[in-house]
Amino acid sequence: MSEHVVSEIKRDHIMKLLKDGRREDGRGVDDIRKISIDAGCVESADGSARVKLGRTEVIAGVKIMPGTPFPDTPNSGVLTMGAELIPMAHSTFESGPPGEDAIELARVVDRGIRESGMVDVKQLCIKEGEEVWMCFVDMYALDYDGNLFDAANIAAVSALRSAVIPAEQYGRGENKPLPVTCTPVSVTSVKIGNDLILDPNFDEEMISSARLTVTTDDEGNFRAMQKGGRGSITRDELSLCLDRAVEKGKAIREIIG
Amino acid sequence: MQKRNARPAREIVVPGDLLDDSGMDAGNNAYVLNGKVYAGVLGVRNAHNDTVGVIPLGGRYMPVTGDTVIGIIEDIGPSNWLVNINAPYPAPLHVNEVPWKVEFGDTSKYLNVGNVVMLKVLMVDESKKIQVTMKDSGLRRIEGGQLVEMPHSKVSRVIGKSGSMIQMIKNLTDCRMFVGQNGRIWIDGDENAEIAVEAVRIIEREAQSSNLTERVENFIKSRLPEKEENKGEGY
Amino acid sequence: MSGQTDMVLVDKKGMRIDGRKADEHRPVHIEAGVLSNADGSAYLEIGKNKVLAAVYGPRECHPRHLQDPTKAIIQCKYNMQAFSVSDRKRPGPDRRSVEISKIIAEALEKVVLTELYPRASIDVYIEILQANAGTRCAGLTAASVALADAGIPMRDIVPAVAAGKADGHVLLDLNKEEDNFGQADVPLAIVPSTDEIVLLQMDGNMTREEFDKAIDLAFGACHEIYEKQKTALKERYAVTKEDEEDE
Repeated sequence: MSEHVVSEIKRDHIMKLLKDGRREDGRGVDDIRKISIDAGCVESADGSARVKLGRTEVIAGVKIMPGTPFPDTPNSGVLTMGAELIPMAHSTFESGPPGEDAIELARVVDRGIRESGMVDVKQLCIKEGEEVWMCFVDMYALDYDGNLFDAANIAAVSALRSAVIPAEQYGRGENKPLPVTCTPVSVTSVKIGNDLILDPNFDEEMISSARLTVTTDDEGNFRAMQKGGRGSITRDELSLCLDRAVEKGKAIREIIG
Repeated sequence: MQKRNARPAREIVVPGDLLDDSGMDAGNNAYVLNGKVYAGVLGVRNAHNDTVGVIPLGGRYMPVTGDTVIGIIEDIGPSNWLVNINAPYPAPLHVNEVPWKVEFGDTSKYLNVGNVVMLKVLMVDESKKIQVTMKDSGLRRIEGGQLVEMPHSKVSRVIGKSGSMIQMIKNLTDCRMFVGQNGRIWIDGDENAEIAVEAVRIIEREAQSSNLTERVENFIKSRLPEKEENKGEGY
Repeated sequence: MSGQTDMVLVDKKGMRIDGRKADEHRPVHIEAGVLSNADGSAYLEIGKNKVLAAVYGPRECHPRHLQDPTKAIIQCKYNMQAFSVSDRKRPGPDRRSVEISKIIAEALEKVVLTELYPRASIDVYIEILQANAGTRCAGLTAASVALADAGIPMRDIVPAVAAGKADGHVLLDLNKEEDNFGQADVPLAIVPSTDEIVLLQMDGNMTREEFDKAIDLAFGACHEIYEKQKTALKERYAVTKEDEEDE
């Protein structure tokens, strides 16, 4: 439960490989790991998905119920996202209320989904000003081997795409699929030394100085970004991250379906 | 398929499995209840003469006096370093147990967080307090190369019978290797280092199977650059 | 346990709403070693319950004041995920999950050879992905497989199952409807090699005769689930065993 120390040998080895554009697991700098998606895995949820990105694993579940709209958006449904880095997922994660890492994770995933307009909240109005559908997305890291941002994004998006509004359960008419309009996909790069790599694993993430998550929509337009880490990135590096986010985002979108 | 004729040489047992009810003694990781011997850990049944026990298939490394291990410096105090040796407990390395004369408070000048060291387990007392030393021949700080981690229970296969496996890998790949009992293996060499790492990974994956040395040897030979083989076939 | 209900949960032929007989438990599926970071892990389904268990340790005990100089302590965290139940559960521990965590840790203490690891902690994490009555038993059953998978020395593996009473009948392994509208629930966990009881709770209303019958059913089912636990652990190494036979 202490801070994780990456050995000097591991750090040097990763950096030495990167000089030749290589990585420990055989990937190139802009390769992402294998993605597998098990959508609809939780029947008690209104939508769900368990996602593996390499050895990183995240589960997301959607719960939808009637509630009161916010006064400033009387005819819009409400979308809420939460993430927990539970100690099951890694020896450095501790139990307790979500810390800053978990909150950042949930907010970055939320931003991509919200800003892309993926969930058509206007269609979630039951009675204007009085009742709307409230949509909760809860995400849990189950196994952490780096890049929770992209794994959680794929899990949340897949769970929402599989979601059904449980109208019958609440006597509000017939069940219907949650109205979704597009598939926002995030692509995360990290900087190690002067190299930029996609989809970092745990060791790569630990020795990286900066992180950039870029979320694109179906048209390849940018919908959310988040720079993290104590290091910096240059304009040129930013440009490379954006190009890769569009290209790889398209590939991931095809896997999501 | 003739498989059904082949009886597995290793019997996997789980905690609570009956190992013997004919009066054998309980060996390692086994216990006696009402005159019968039961397994006390997940592993392979191991019977020798009148004793039956279990060779664990996993579990944390528990240091034993005299073990050589590879540690990673995790924290620094004024008169010692705290070393992660993959055990349930951190191992303090006292300034008196390093080959340098270290003044009080000067510890970080010699070893820093993230440094990797080869150590010997000096003693483990009854309450499992560990002491390690760097004052023995061959013990030192290691730099460069690669560190491979695997379950400590598979380390003996990497070493092989009286060191046969590791000698073979070293000879064929021309790599420097050091195996820590705690499941950390250090490998350093030129382009063949990757082959040695892969060989170690094969041993980890197939630790349970027999004829391993032969298979690993064939693997390495198949991966070595052409010229090496030509040399051998010169005559 | 609402007790009074005119809901028919067992028909005239003695068949339950999910097609089981009174003495049948729901189908059980167990898989060991499903997570990469944890030292040991297990995934378990019993009926519509879906549970993940992970074990870390033995490792340094945090917080330090909980250290025991004579043995390792077992710390358990049982958690229901927000979407695991029909009404979204607010994240974070509540009194129910704290109690369940405590009794599961205590049940496991009986079989784990904690005296081998003084001052250390063995941490058990149970996540309920989908709940349909009987999650504490499902969680404990999965946790003991995860402990064995972690290579932790233990005397035996603990299986758990509940028995209870619904619609006037003593039933094994209540499902959600039987639990909600039934009259009693008795979760039980045992050490199979000695038949010692390591977890027992009861709520509702039962006669001595009904209770004895419920315990008989639960004991029998625990021994059946025990076999599934052992198979799951052995299957994890089955592949390498076949490689060996191939030679």
